Amino acid sequence: MKPAKFEHQRMASLDEAVKALGNAEGETRVLGGGQSLGPMMNLRLAQPDVVLDLSKVEGLDGIEETGNAIRVGARVSHARIEDGEVPGKTGDYMQFVATGISYRSVRNRGTIGGSVAHADPSADWPSALLALGGSVTAAGGNGIRTISLDGFTVGPFSTGLGWDEILTGFELPVLGTDANWGYYKVNRKPGEFADAIGAVTLGVEARAVCGATESAPFRVTEIEERLASGVQEVSIAEVRDILDRYDAGFDDYELQIHAVALSRAVQGAFA
Amino acid sequence: MTELSININGEHIKADVEPRLSLADFIRDRQRLTGTHLGCEHGVCGACTVLMNGEPVRSCITFAAVADGSEITTIEGFDQDEPMAQLRQAFHENHALQCGYCTPGMLVAARDIVTRLPDADEDRVRLELAGNLCRCTGYVGIVKAILSVLEQRRI
Ligand SMILES: Cc1cc2nc3c(=O)[nH]c(=O)nc-3n(C[C@H](O)[C@H](O)[C@H](O)COP(=O)(O)OP(=O)(O)OC[C@H]3O[C@@H](n4cnc5c(N)ncnc54)[C@H](O)[C@@H]3O)c2cc1C
Ligand code: FES
Ligand code: FES
Repeated sequence: MKPAKFEHQRMASLDEAVKALGNAEGETRVLGGGQSLGPMMNLRLAQPDVVLDLSKVEGLDGIEETGNAIRVGARVSHARIEDGEVPGKTGDYMQFVATGISYRSVRNRGTIGGSVAHADPSADWPSALLALGGSVTAAGGNGIRTISLDGFTVGPFSTGLGWDEILTGFELPVLGTDANWGYYKVNRKPGEFADAIGAVTLGVEARAVCGATESAPFRVTEIEERLASGVQEVSIAEVRDILDRYDAGFDDYELQIHAVALSRAVQGAFA
Repeated sequence: MTELSININGEHIKADVEPRLSLADFIRDRQRLTGTHLGCEHGVCGACTVLMNGEPVRSCITFAAVADGSEITTIEGFDQDEPMAQLRQAFHENHALQCGYCTPGMLVAARDIVTRLPDADEDRVRLELAGNLCRCTGYVGIVKAILSVLEQRRI
């Protein structure tokens, strides 16, 4: 047994979980797939007093298209997205992203909601979903709240979620059948966390994201403007110049790999 | 303590477990099924891979208490399983193991590849194996073994 002692509480409903979180004494963590919390607890980087297990809570693992949005539940696993359960072009993009996350046996348990709530700077979903746009839904003491994905990740392991809130899902835009997207992850071995991420979608608006930074992923407006005006290629040198104007704290190498990632994401979008 | 009702290799088990007990430790220390190995205990090496409700998972980062109500298959539970019988033979013939430490997890992952991805080619097999580390073989024999089973299953 590697983790420190904690109390495990099985939640029967979202209401029960929200109440338990609101009334919590000591450090309380919601358990998604446990694929980040598990390692952190084994390494004792996380030592929660109470773990609220949502495995038996219903209604958090749906995927549905509702007119101009796709709703994806917080507890949908990476593997289900890899298997193409999210419909349309949005689904194609998300399928590509999911397939590059870790390994199948981790993807079977890890959830999209857990990944975004966790906000590891090197993780895929915080960057990938920022490039898609849309919003997060959360349930807390004051009811249900919708929070824009723009600015949701605040910094490393820090999000716009309140201390008493549970992430319940996402409302994501439907990319048109002719919409372009590109995603490029720099890492040394397939399945590892990213050293750099470039993500681009051209739906109703053009969105371009520089991800896997030291802090939160950010949108690169100058590239978005170019894409919106019909530009289909941005060289590594150009992206480098543009990224250099942001205060991202990159050293020379980091600047280069982030420029490569974003330039290749644009390239991928028009391949 | 948390109550746990679980099925391991076809046997129903009820137990009271400490919440911090991993599924891997439950399987090995409480059930004495020591075929499941532990390497890194943080999800990276794949030695501890078992099937949970038919899908491969890392038993080192899955709490036993969270596996309540599930069906687990460990390496000891595949006696009657056709793809595993094919893989066993192919691992033997292709020299796909030396010390054998990675083998239980490797076989569970390999079974997932041959059943879920019947059209996988060598590149795909290698990509899928990124989550299972072998420090002995250099993977050549493992990849050959899996490819041979994929081929067998196509005819
Ligand atoms: C070997 C390995 C490699 C990996 N590689 C990658 C990779 O390449 N890219 C990548 O993106 N990820 C990677 N991961 C992480 C993986 O994607 C996790 O699944 C994910 O980061 C966390 O999701 P989870 O559901 O397992 O969350 P958990 O581990 O259960 O929880 C993580 C955190 O989020 C909180 N949380 C979970 N669910 C909710 C909720 N609904 N509401 C509020 N808070 C919640 C928890 O309290 C905890 O603090 C890897 C993991 C491993 C073990
Ligand atoms: S022991 Fe579980 S992945 Fe290494
Ligand atoms: S055979 Fe020794 S680690 Fe794979």
